[in-house]
Parts: sequence; C-alpha cells; structure tokens
Amino acid sequence: MPAVIEVKDLVKDYRLGEVPVHVLKGISFEIERGSFVAIMGPSGSGKSTLMNILGCLDRPTSGTYILDGVSVGELNRDELAEIRSEKVGFVFQQFNLLARTSAVENVELPLMYTNAPAHERRERALRALKAVGLEGLEEHQPSQLSGGQQQRVAIARSLVNNPKIILADEPTGALDSRTSIEIMAIFQRLNRESGITVIVVTHDPDVLVYADRKVQIKDGRLQLTEAITRRDAQKDLERLPAEEPERVAST
Amino acid sequence: MNKLLASIRIALRAIRVNGTRSALTMLGIIIGVAAVIAMVGVGSGATARIQEQIQSIGSNLIIVLPGSTSSNGVRLGSGAVVTLTEDDAKAIAENCPSVAVATPTVRGGVQVVFGNNNWATIAQGVTPDYMTIRDYSMMSGQFFTTQDVDAAAKTAVLGETVATNLFANSDPTGQVIIVKNVPFTVAGVLTPKGQSPSGQDQDDVILLPISTAKQKVFGVNKANAKSVGTVMVQAVGPHAIDQAQQEMEALLRERHRILPGQDDDFTIRNLTEVFSAQETSARVMSILLGAIASVSLIVGGIGIMNIMLVSVTERTREIGLRLAVGAKMRDILSQFLVEAITLSLLGGMVGIVVGLAASLLISHFAKWSTQVSPLSILMAFLFSALVGVFFGYYPARKAAFMDPIEALRYE
Repeated sequence: MPAVIEVKDLVKDYRLGEVPVHVLKGISFEIERGSFVAIMGPSGSGKSTLMNILGCLDRPTSGTYILDGVSVGELNRDELAEIRSEKVGFVFQQFNLLARTSAVENVELPLMYTNAPAHERRERALRALKAVGLEGLEEHQPSQLSGGQQQRVAIARSLVNNPKIILADEPTGALDSRTSIEIMAIFQRLNRESGITVIVVTHDPDVLVYADRKVQIKDGRLQLTEAITRRDAQKDLERLPAEEPERVAST
Repeated sequence: MNKLLASIRIALRAIRVNGTRSALTMLGIIIGVAAVIAMVGVGSGATARIQEQIQSIGSNLIIVLPGSTSSNGVRLGSGAVVTLTEDDAKAIAENCPSVAVATPTVRGGVQVVFGNNNWATIAQGVTPDYMTIRDYSMMSGQFFTTQDVDAAAKTAVLGETVATNLFANSDPTGQVIIVKNVPFTVAGVLTPKGQSPSGQDQDDVILLPISTAKQKVFGVNKANAKSVGTVMVQAVGPHAIDQAQQEMEALLRERHRILPGQDDDFTIRNLTEVFSAQETSARVMSILLGAIASVSLIVGGIGIMNIMLVSVTERTREIGLRLAVGAKMRDILSQFLVEAITLSLLGGMVGIVVGLAASLLISHFAKWSTQVSPLSILMAFLFSALVGVFFGYYPARKAAFMDPIEALRYE
C-alpha cells in the first residue's frame, strides 16, 4: 500500500534566546494509508513537535515531509491552512469545542472554511455525528454533554471534511478508562470502515494496544518503529462489566 | 456572501454572550454619534435661521445710499448732500438689465396718533415696488397703488407692531390715523417679518406713498425736490447681484458726471455681504461643535479597540482551533473585523436615534432651532462603520497573526 505520510531527515530547531534547541534531530519514517499508528515517547522527546509538523501546524527546519503526495515543507501559512482543511482532522486532549455552540455547529466548523453551502454543511455534520453515535444530541451544547460525548463531537468534527489522516493528541487523556476504550473503539471502526489513517500521540500503554503500529520517539530521534497486533476495542468493551449507559449530563 | 453572513452571525452571538460588556462598549459610540448628530443639527439650525433672516430683509436686495462728498477738504457724512434722486431710481430700473425693480425711499421718525393712542415709529416713503423688493405680503387690506403715489394720496400701510399698539386687536383698515398732523387712511397691515439679523423689529414701521411722505410729512428739500434717502433695488436673481451692482455703478457715475479717478458720490451695498460674516461664524460654530463631538466618537472607538483586544485574548483557544481546522488568516481577520464593525454600527444606529431625540428635545426646551439633515445621519452612520474598521483592525490583525500551536496551548 502506498504511504500517506513520508518523512525524511526531519529536523526542527527552536531558538530559546541565543541558544538553539534541537528538538527533532533527523527523523525518517513512512506511514501507510489506512494504518493505525501510535506515536509514543516520554515528555520532552519531541513527539508534540512531530505531531505539529505532521498536522501541518508547523514547518520543519529541514528535511522533507510528503503528505498524500504533497510536499508540505515549503508551503506558507495559508497554503498550510488549506492542506489542513483538505487532508487533516485534529482531535485534542481538551476537546476544544466552542462553548455555547451546539454540537452540530461545532462539527460544521471545519466546513465554514471551505466552499460547502449551508445545507451541505449541515448534512455532512449530521452524518458525522451519526457516525460517532451521537444521534439525538445534535442541538446540545458542550456544557450539556459528558466528557466522552464531547470527545465524540470532536471526532465528528475531525471527520467532517473527509480527511486523509486524523491526528489525535492524547485523545483519552481527560477521560476515564471505560470511556477511553469507547473512544478507541470509534477510532478503530473509522479506521476499518472508512480507511482513514489514524495517528494517536500518547504515552498511555493502554491506548497503544489498539494501534497496529508503534513509533517510539526519544530525545528527538526515532527509537523504534514496529508492527504490533492490535486488540479489538469493541470486544474489550463488551468484556467489561455492564454499566449504566452514559446519560446526557445536566440539561 | 455566505461567509460574511456566517461572520455576522458569529459576531452577533459573541456580542449577545457578553451583553453588558458589549452594551457598555457601544455606549461610547452611541454618545459619540448622538453628539455629532445633535451638535451638527444645532449648528445648521443656526445657519438656517440666519439665512431665513437674510431672506426676510428681501431677496437679492441691493441698497444704494447717497455717498459722502467733500467740500473744501472737509468730508461730509453720507446723505449730507443730496446726490440721489427719484430719477436715478427710475433710470436704474429702466437701464440696468440685471435689475428687476428699483424703488426710491425716504425715511424718518414720526409720531403716529389714533384716538387716544400714539406711537413713535419710522415712516418710510416708498412706491408699490417696495413690496416686491422686501418680499412683503399683506395680512389685511391692500398695499397703496402707483396712482396713490402719483396723486400723493393720504394713505398708509402699517407694520404689525404699529397696528397692535394703536388698534390693539381691532382691524385698522379704513381707519384714519394722524401722522404729523396729517390724516392718513389705513390701506392695510403687513404680514409680520419679525426681527432683522441686527435685532431690529422689522414690523415697527409705517409705509406711505413717497410723494405724500415728502410733501406732507418730511417736507420738501427746496434745493432738490426729487432727492431721496436711498434706492432699494432687487436684482433679477441671486447670481445677478454683482452684475447689477456694476451696471448701477456705471450708470450712476455717468448720470452724476463723475470723472474717471474721482470717488463715487454714492454707495452701493448688498446685504448678503453684511450677513455673510454672521453666516460664516454660524458655520464655524457648527464645524466646531461637530469636531468636539467627533472626539467622543474617537474615544468610543478606542473603547471598541480595547474590548476587541480583550475578546481576542479571551478567545485565543478558539482562534487556535479555527486555524487548526483550516481557517486562513483573512478568515480570522474578517471575523474579528466584522465583529468590531457590527458593534460600532449597532452603536451608531442607536446613536442616530438618540441624537434625533436629543435635537428634538433641544429645539423643544431650549427653543433653538435644530436641523438634522439626512446627510449628517448618513455621515454619522458611515463614520461609525469607519471607526469599527479603524479600531477593529489592530485587534483583528493580532488574532489573524496568532501561531496556531501557541493559541491551542493557551490557558
């Protein structure tokens, strides 16, 4: 299968006053289309920087990065914004939903920066919400949703512009373990059914087990990359003791 | 268009969410716009009033006065020597193409008596053309006719002040009054004109046929029976005033046999010159008031900038998120710019209403005439939009230039 991400000799330097800090010291790897990758590494290893570059939020100091056939290393701010709009979906640890804005409007947000007309935006947002199992909660505001539900809205938002890759930065960091597995189950299903490449940045070994490939970063260098056997999150969920299904928090 | 509507929706929501804050911010613009509208209204009201007064003197009016002459090096005051005659007036009317009508006048103070009442006033000897020149109309009765002038008829037209003082509320027409022991029949009463720009009561006057006035009231100047005090002239139009003045000057110099190089023995004055100074000062006042009011508009704009900066900082994470999901710099820029403009335009619209109400109140309670023109409303509206653009640009730019990574991490 062709690679959706090709990274070669990626270097990122920051300048802290007079002292240059080498955050990424030459990283090369490829990620195949349709894979489910976990990027692991201790804090300070440069995994956040790597994720920012992979998500086209930042540019490498040197090296090449080819995303879905486009070399994005030399693009300017607005060109990067366009790549993000077309090819990348983000899921954050803190959900980053707009307060006082309904779930469906939150999901529509990425489409506001495309040419999609209003009725199409609404239609696609509703479909994305359905895909993450939030039918009936479209008009709820974030404050009326539980953490897991909020993260599902965020996943729907990352899906809505049919991205090539979804980048999730510690997506389960703010959730309890059961909800974490639910979220991973959604990622696995999207990955399996829609063939979207999912890249999860985490330091949680419990999350790692649901990926099929592990990329380990340490001190700005690639330590190892290996294929792993993924566990099925849905089956794990079924094995857990039955629990009250999640209710809509306060209304 | 689609995006603009969406931006306006987002802006209105942001304004609603921070209701009190937005209202207080808008207050600056509201006061500014209201002040501009009310102050400019007061200013142009004053200008309009002066123009009205100039109109009340008579439209396109030119006055010819006998000039000063010098005799053996002693300069005599204007009118000391008879230089202007009824024939001059007739010649002006006939020979100057830019002159519509001309009437000779004489004037003097008289005591007017009716029954037990008497009243000191100014008597003017005029011809019926005087009515046209001064834009007079009759409140009751008729003006005297050319035949009355030719026959030196003892007939008089009263100003409203004189009529009230002599007759109280009864109609003077047909009554007989005594002026300098000569009985005059009242032909009619003039419609009141009110104060002149110099504060004189223009209705405290009685008008007599010039022939009667000279022969029976003021007495004939033996040296020149045809002498007159002034000649009142009406030009054919506002733009013909200068032309008419030149024509009259040439004609009178010829008639009075004044050699080139010698001074005129008459003076030509046009009243618009006299009052243009007043009009200019009124206009300066309205500009000044407008300028002072604009300062508050600028202060209001600074308030908007302040709040927009707070709003941008508060919403750093939102901006980071929008950038992450594909917003370009201009998307963010326009979103915050639209928000600032919406804020200032809402304030501007409320300000227009407040300003209109304020100028109504001013004219009602302070008895100042105010005049709010649609142009000043439009200007205020555009100006408040401009304030939004000008003071919203810096905060919007600050938002647009945010680094998405930093913004997303902002706590």
